[in-house]
Amino acid sequence: MVRDVISWIFLLSGSFFCLTGGIGLIRFPEFFSRIHAASLTDTLGASLILIGLMFQAGISLTLAKLIMILIFSLLAGTTASHAMAKAALKSGMCPLDQIDRGRQPTIKSYRDQDIT
Amino acid sequence: METLIDIVLLSFLVFTALAVAKMNDLFAVVMLSGIYSLLSASWFLDLDAVDVAFTEASVGAGISTLLFLASLKLVGRYEKRTRYRPLLALGVVLVTGTLLIYGTLDMPHFGLADTPVHQHVAPRYLNDSMAEVGVPNVVTSVLASYRGYDTLGETLVIFTAGIGVTSLLRVSRRTKQEEQRNVPADMQQQIILRVVAKWMLPLIMIFAFYVQFHGDYGPGGGFQAGVIFAAGVILYTMLYGLSTTQEVFRQELLELLAAAGVLIYGGVGIVCMILGGNFLDYNVLRHDPVHGQHLGILLVELGVGITVATVMITIFFKFTWRTVKHKYIIK
Amino acid sequence: MFAATALALLVVMALALARAFLGPTLYDRILAVNNFGTKTVLLLAVMDFLSGRPDFLDIAIVYALINFISVIGVLRFFEYALQKTVEQGE
Repeated sequence: MVRDVISWIFLLSGSFFCLTGGIGLIRFPEFFSRIHAASLTDTLGASLILIGLMFQAGISLTLAKLIMILIFSLLAGTTASHAMAKAALKSGMCPLDQIDRGRQPTIKSYRDQDIT
Repeated sequence: METLIDIVLLSFLVFTALAVAKMNDLFAVVMLSGIYSLLSASWFLDLDAVDVAFTEASVGAGISTLLFLASLKLVGRYEKRTRYRPLLALGVVLVTGTLLIYGTLDMPHFGLADTPVHQHVAPRYLNDSMAEVGVPNVVTSVLASYRGYDTLGETLVIFTAGIGVTSLLRVSRRTKQEEQRNVPADMQQQIILRVVAKWMLPLIMIFAFYVQFHGDYGPGGGFQAGVIFAAGVILYTMLYGLSTTQEVFRQELLELLAAAGVLIYGGVGIVCMILGGNFLDYNVLRHDPVHGQHLGILLVELGVGITVATVMITIFFKFTWRTVKHKYIIK
Repeated sequence: MFAATALALLVVMALALARAFLGPTLYDRILAVNNFGTKTVLLLAVMDFLSGRPDFLDIAIVYALINFISVIGVLRFFEYALQKTVEQGE
């Protein structure tokens, strides 16, 4: 009973964070803010959901596999968002708030480029 | 609840397919094909077809996407617009599709127990698999033991694809020199990715071995394990350069191993014939039929895994040599 | 409990798909696909517990792996191609 309540809490908060990440993915205006929303909430939501599932599993092989998925997801998800942001920066996109600061990217704003 | 998940996944599939047909940017099409494979695999999982979902995830979403990207780098990125409207083709497709749907109305309902396809060999496989073959995963016992000859054909098909790619795409010495000079210097900037990939590579390979040998008891088997192994090597190659990886996975070694995998499979069959049984009749391999089946399945899955891994790695290497050639030599 | 989580995850997957269809630049699409893959991993883990057969976690591990490798592959293959396009457009 206590285990179920704890699982509920973790699963619900995890889904809440995932949902806010998804909404942020749609509503934010440009790429760098979207990547901020998507990757942060992704990592947190995934960790909470997996921990919630771990309480349901008990001590078994399932628990070991869930821990492996958690570690892998933490490692791979963060690295992938780092790689995406770095690739975007290197190819000339810059965040919208840095155009006026005199930064010199190769492209002024992401709307002008023909990389669509 | 499961029906709801089914309906949602299938509608996602339809939307993705329509978007793939509509989009002009081939790069986005490749990404959406990756999503399509993931959705298909989730849907297979919902239908309780676990091994198929496994293979679809690893091959469709992983290796296919990478190979498409490698070829996309050689051809243009945007699709040429057609200047005419293919109405005749649309009409033919609509008529054929309607006829097919009309034909399926006659088929028995999905999943009923008394359909003709479930009456012939399926009851025997399901009832007698544990007693005759002794592995809990019926899919593995059907794949490797009851229908072992078909799996030999599949392995040969993969091997033939590897031969085709190897004979068509040749690598010149100049390409290798250019690659050795340019690429590792380019990759020095990717420090974070390199460190993470280096950590992950042994874990990926251990997981591939786990999938290979656990195929008797859970989802897995030779095909999936080979693809996961190849995916690990491909990850390393993408971040450290082709020449670094080919110091370990030399071309001659890969060709040798690909042939060796098929040879192991066929060799098991011939050994069974020598020992007095039929081709691929594992009962005669050991003193006890069930032990013989276990040994036979172990060996043939090993052969399949080796061939699949080396052929996938070979195809990726050949494609990537081409992109290196186009990048550094043909400006 | 699992049904609610699965529903929320399906909604997020639909949102990520919408971004993959819309996203004006390339990187939006890559981000959407990566997010979609992570949500699929979670959906699989939840579906294992829903259907009562927790043997399918191997597939979740494979998806997480394949998702990562695909995104890295895409970025490696297109980093320099895009930079070249940028330089040619000057």
